[in-house]
Amino acid sequence: MSQPSSSPPSKRLEVVDTVVIRFAGDSGDGMQVTGSKFSTESALAGNDIATLPDYPAEIRAPAGTLAGVSGFQLHFSSKKVLTPGDAPGVLVAMNPAALRANVGDLVAGGILILDGDAFSKSNLAKAGYADHPAKTGELARWRVFEIPMTRLTTKALSDMDLPQRSMVRCRNFFALGLCSWLYQRSTEETQRWIAARFKKTPALVEANTRVLKAGWNFGDTTELFGTRYEVRPASIAPGLYTSITGNQATAWGLMAGAAKAGLQLVYGSYPITPASEILHELCAHKQFGVVTFQAEDEIAAIGAAIGASFGGAIGVTASSGPGLALKTEAIGLAVMTELPLVVVNVQRGGPSTGLPTKTEQADLLQAVYGRNGECPVAVIAASTPTDCFDAAMEAVQTAVKYMTPVILLTDGYLANGAQPWKIPNFADLAGEPASFRTQAEGFQPYLRDPDTLARPWAKPGTPGLEHRIGGIEKDYDSGNISYAPANHERMVRVRAQKVARIADSLAATEVTGSELGEAVVVGWGSTFGAIEEAVERLNAEGLAIGHVHLRWLSPLPKDLGKVLRRFRTVIVAELNLGQLVRLLRDQLTIDATAINKVEGLPFTAAQLTETIRAVTAQRRREERR
Amino acid sequence: MSLAETPSGARDDGELGDAAKLTRKDFESDQDVRWCPGCGDYAILAQVQKLMPELAVARENTVFVSGIGCSSRFPYYMNTYGFHGIHGRAPALATGLKLARPELSVWIVTGDGDGLSIGGNHLIHLLRRNLDVNVLLFNNEIYGLTKGQYSPTSRQGLVTKSSPLGVVDPPFDVASLALGAGATFIARTVDVESRHMLEVLRRAALHKGTSFVEIVQNCPVFNDGVHEELTDRAIKNDHQLLLEHGKPLLFGEGLRKGIRLRADLSPEVVSLDEVDIGQIALHDETSPVMTQLLARLGRQGLPMPLGVLRCVAGVPRYEQAVRAQVVEARAAKGAGDFDALFRSGETWTVG
Repeated sequence: MSQPSSSPPSKRLEVVDTVVIRFAGDSGDGMQVTGSKFSTESALAGNDIATLPDYPAEIRAPAGTLAGVSGFQLHFSSKKVLTPGDAPGVLVAMNPAALRANVGDLVAGGILILDGDAFSKSNLAKAGYADHPAKTGELARWRVFEIPMTRLTTKALSDMDLPQRSMVRCRNFFALGLCSWLYQRSTEETQRWIAARFKKTPALVEANTRVLKAGWNFGDTTELFGTRYEVRPASIAPGLYTSITGNQATAWGLMAGAAKAGLQLVYGSYPITPASEILHELCAHKQFGVVTFQAEDEIAAIGAAIGASFGGAIGVTASSGPGLALKTEAIGLAVMTELPLVVVNVQRGGPSTGLPTKTEQADLLQAVYGRNGECPVAVIAASTPTDCFDAAMEAVQTAVKYMTPVILLTDGYLANGAQPWKIPNFADLAGEPASFRTQAEGFQPYLRDPDTLARPWAKPGTPGLEHRIGGIEKDYDSGNISYAPANHERMVRVRAQKVARIADSLAATEVTGSELGEAVVVGWGSTFGAIEEAVERLNAEGLAIGHVHLRWLSPLPKDLGKVLRRFRTVIVAELNLGQLVRLLRDQLTIDATAINKVEGLPFTAAQLTETIRAVTAQRRREERR
Repeated sequence: MSLAETPSGARDDGELGDAAKLTRKDFESDQDVRWCPGCGDYAILAQVQKLMPELAVARENTVFVSGIGCSSRFPYYMNTYGFHGIHGRAPALATGLKLARPELSVWIVTGDGDGLSIGGNHLIHLLRRNLDVNVLLFNNEIYGLTKGQYSPTSRQGLVTKSSPLGVVDPPFDVASLALGAGATFIARTVDVESRHMLEVLRRAALHKGTSFVEIVQNCPVFNDGVHEELTDRAIKNDHQLLLEHGKPLLFGEGLRKGIRLRADLSPEVVSLDEVDIGQIALHDETSPVMTQLLARLGRQGLPMPLGVLRCVAGVPRYEQAVRAQVVEARAAKGAGDFDALFRSGETWTVG
């Protein structure tokens, strides 16, 4: 179907830079497939892309209800893409509930494509519409294309011996074909995918392919759409790319980090949304020597990871907020026994069960401070889905080098979001091999490396290094149990110094946008794209605003205070009620203006642009007074 | 050294190497043992240290893992590798260790509070998985380290600091719990019966899979004499049922009493003066029905079975099954290749 278009000359071609499209339907309608296939087509067309699925917490909420709506948003552009996009300019809604749940986000004048056949009386009622909204004038702000997709789908398959239900299930490919036509995407790759996906049922290969083509042809031959759009290739660094989600990147980064350290990866995990995909990904790659353990609970998961690290492997566990709370005591044990450990927290809306499928950054203080006793751990945060790979590798390497637990913070937005990833050569990736103590002479389990303050890693099986470790305070020199007052304080301080020393090897703090001037926006984690885009827009308006995005939250980079003081105002934008703000006040005695959002949703670049503009304007007024 | 089988942690080649020269002294650490005077734990430590050289497992290949409680200080006193963990989590630590290092000999030391209360979940899952480790559960029916609260094995009515009017909740039946969780080896011994304990520990060490040993132990400070029926020389013969696989269930002075099963399989005590020995039930370590019957015995005014209640060989071991999947995956897909992995999805070239 990448055949030269036979569009009648009456169809206008319009070149646009950027499109944000959202596919929404019932959770059984295949919207995730439609969205991800359209994303692949767009990447293959050379666009830069970012995607974000949005599905309900319930696996199968009642069909046609608002609770059952599943969506997938794609941002594709001929320019650099930093986020999955603010508001969609195109909404494909497969039923009234999908329309109702999403249309409020659609920009004024945006394109609204509906399956008119799904707007039955009962479906309208389930979505809370008294009448068809297209008839009541409710949709007047948008360009509405109501297409009988269900009927056109079944008509395209009328000569096939398929149950009606199976036919109707193909209609997501009608929507995909139509959108592919609208944006001049080749559907070759999708056709290959259909052939592979339904290999065992040739009738479904035939049916889905036919419907895909029917959707394309509908756009091409009917007079409904007067305009097609072209989004030209973006200027992207040359190389081989693949699309990767945050959780997949985290899993691969953990594997690569362990391999570079020459260590076996032992992953203990208990299923939890939105972290489970890391377990699914890792257990699919046992040929790498990865050992996965689905534990009886969160505590057992981290306990096994710690036990594995004691045995000379790199123990890793992952969870989300509630699971992290359960692992807290065990993290303390790893701090006390000074074993390497990586704990991934794929943050979600909290507290308690909170919003399991939604994103939030409210576990920062838990990660940095949330344990009994003086209990320092290293904390690193990934900023984009692909950065999860690098951050996971770095977490493993740091844990091993400093013999410390490292908490890697990601979140639901990064975990499920996907981005093109420039595939590296494994040989080119940086990483140090781990070293184990083998020499018995002069060995004491808690004697430290003078540079890193790390204690030696002596694994069972090494003759002459038999020793006992545990959660009770240890003597600084001998490592035996010690309740001595002065020794305790000395050990408390040295454990804190060890984590602080990680800062010695951190790169200088990078500022994007303005290097100095009116204001700097400080962020961490998944807000990177939205802040960067907002700062770019404000720079374009002539405002001298910089962006600092923190990768290490514990320890903070040594030069951070100096860098931030180059700006008149420090603004911290985060998806909580102000946790990094407190950290900066606490550790750098820098006050900052907080921009916060706790809706279970990411910032949009538009929101941030507006808020930052307002904050800086306010500051200027205050200064004039 | 007269062991027919070799325990985990021994050399693969069947040779003993330097491990043959080890003595009990080699397994004593330089730390002072700090249990209360008269604590049953001393006797257990002595027997474990006595067993170790016999197993001929190098000290460096032996790891003792524990949780929290009086029993859990055990690793500090063993001159092997040791990990004193957090309350109840020793099975979790040991699982990760054994998955990473299946060749090690791993011992979990726990108590009735650590293993059956706060760590109960880990214990049952350990048993169902049949990880090849040895669990020594010291059962003194009381919380000792926290100074005398009732535990999940304390008997109803016991007056403690946290039960001034007597314990209300019924105790766990430890052996039944282990059986229900799928344990492949269940044994019981008594702190003061050193020879019996050594034999039970030896059997546990040689069992391939999770060996669960309940060691009935006296806390002289907070629950003194709670196991008197089993330890008082004057009466213990009437209360100890010493088990031997394939042998009739006999006990009492001169082994003149036995357990006979009624038609409904409920047990009754009969005297050999009245019935023929052929009517006495035979112990079968492999029969879950027998294990269940024995597990309930001590609670019905009938003698308490001591020895191996259950031993089933040949059940797949968790760490082996997990490692086998790694081997299988490598056989099917070849050793992992990161460059191939990174290119395993849809890819496209830019520029």
